[in-house]
Amino acid sequence: MRKFQCGICGFVYDESVGDPEHGIKAGTLWENIPVNWACPECGVMKSDFEMVEI
Amino acid sequence: MIDPVIILGSGLAGYAVARELRKLDAELPIIMLSEDHAGFYSKPMLSNALTTGKTAQTLLNGDADKMASQLNMTIRPHCRVTVVDTASNTITLENGEQLLYGQLVLALGADQIRLPLQGTGVEQILSVNDLDDYGSFRDALVDKKQISIIGAGLIGCEFANDLVTAGFQVNVLDIGTQPLGRLLPPAGGAFIQQKLAAAGVFFHLNATTQSVDKVGERMHLTLASGETIESDIVLSSVGLQPRTQLASTAGLQVNRGIVVNQMLQTQSENIYAIGDCAEVEGKVLPFVMPITHAARALAATLSGNSTPVHYPAMPVMVKTPACPTVVSPPDFNVSGEWLVEADEDGVKALYQDEAGNLLGYALLGAAVKEKMALTAQLPPILA
Repeated sequence: MRKFQCGICGFVYDESVGDPEHGIKAGTLWENIPVNWACPECGVMKSDFEMVEI
Repeated sequence: MIDPVIILGSGLAGYAVARELRKLDAELPIIMLSEDHAGFYSKPMLSNALTTGKTAQTLLNGDADKMASQLNMTIRPHCRVTVVDTASNTITLENGEQLLYGQLVLALGADQIRLPLQGTGVEQILSVNDLDDYGSFRDALVDKKQISIIGAGLIGCEFANDLVTAGFQVNVLDIGTQPLGRLLPPAGGAFIQQKLAAAGVFFHLNATTQSVDKVGERMHLTLASGETIESDIVLSSVGLQPRTQLASTAGLQVNRGIVVNQMLQTQSENIYAIGDCAEVEGKVLPFVMPITHAARALAATLSGNSTPVHYPAMPVMVKTPACPTVVSPPDFNVSGEWLVEADEDGVKALYQDEAGNLLGYALLGAAVKEKMALTAQLPPILA
């Protein structure tokens, strides 16, 4: 499982944790998150994330 | 030839506007002017970069050249604007050069407030407000052990947590009776204080710093009580002051920030303000989420489709891993009171009006898991 970081606010998306509060189950791969999902901390869209694998 | 959109400022707000505008219009000329290097970085990441293993160099996401080509715009670093002439739609640079704007976006940010202190060490007090400051701060930390932070607000607490995790001895001083006094009710302040103290942070509350003296290689802080605290470095984080001078000399209305309406428009119809310098319908909100919302609305307006900004409830995450904390600050102008449930695992504080409507909250420790459910009950910040 990988971790990605939002290039705008620093929020970390951990695939093993997901984002269950926003309907993203634990274990969801980054590429399988829908495009309309937004960063829970700063609100930028997935397409703006410039997610960096960390 | 369409006159360009000129963006003054290369912080998160300036770049957010440029990015959103490019999505809507691939061709509209955009010029960004910046007083610094104009590279793009994530400002919120400055206050936890020690723990995440980042430096000023690795925090830089893209330099001005890379960003200019990515967003198909002109970026002019190290460039200071001295005059905005609203009658002729021109700005004048320090070197006398004049540029004509079609629309002007003020994304000037805010300055760290400097306390009026006495002493021989005042010039050596550091503050971190941008990536260059952060580079200087990290250089100053080399081979040092003890640091005193003046101001126990959001930035002070985040830096304290980051520094203590990285092995520094950290003092935090504040004139108030608790950390995060503007955001948390007393029970919340006490909880985060206890968690940060357990992590090793030493708090000095009700402490007014009077003077900072440099004695040899050390900094001596003297408090109004007469107590002195020694450390290697002093970091000041007592609050932000929106940069309004350029706007006020241009004759634009300024209050705490540059006054704009819900269109983010100043009194001059071609001039807009966004981010930490702006006061939108009376609200100064120096956080990332409001910038994201405002940038989308402003980009639409700049591309010809007038769009007001709407702010939903926007909880703020405090980056203190020793004490997970999320706050949705209520509008304290609306009368209400805190209802607090606290135990050893966390604090759940709800700010309610007389009718019992939820207006804001503060969640600490285990209570942060209720963030989503409670946010759904909050009123919008700007409908």
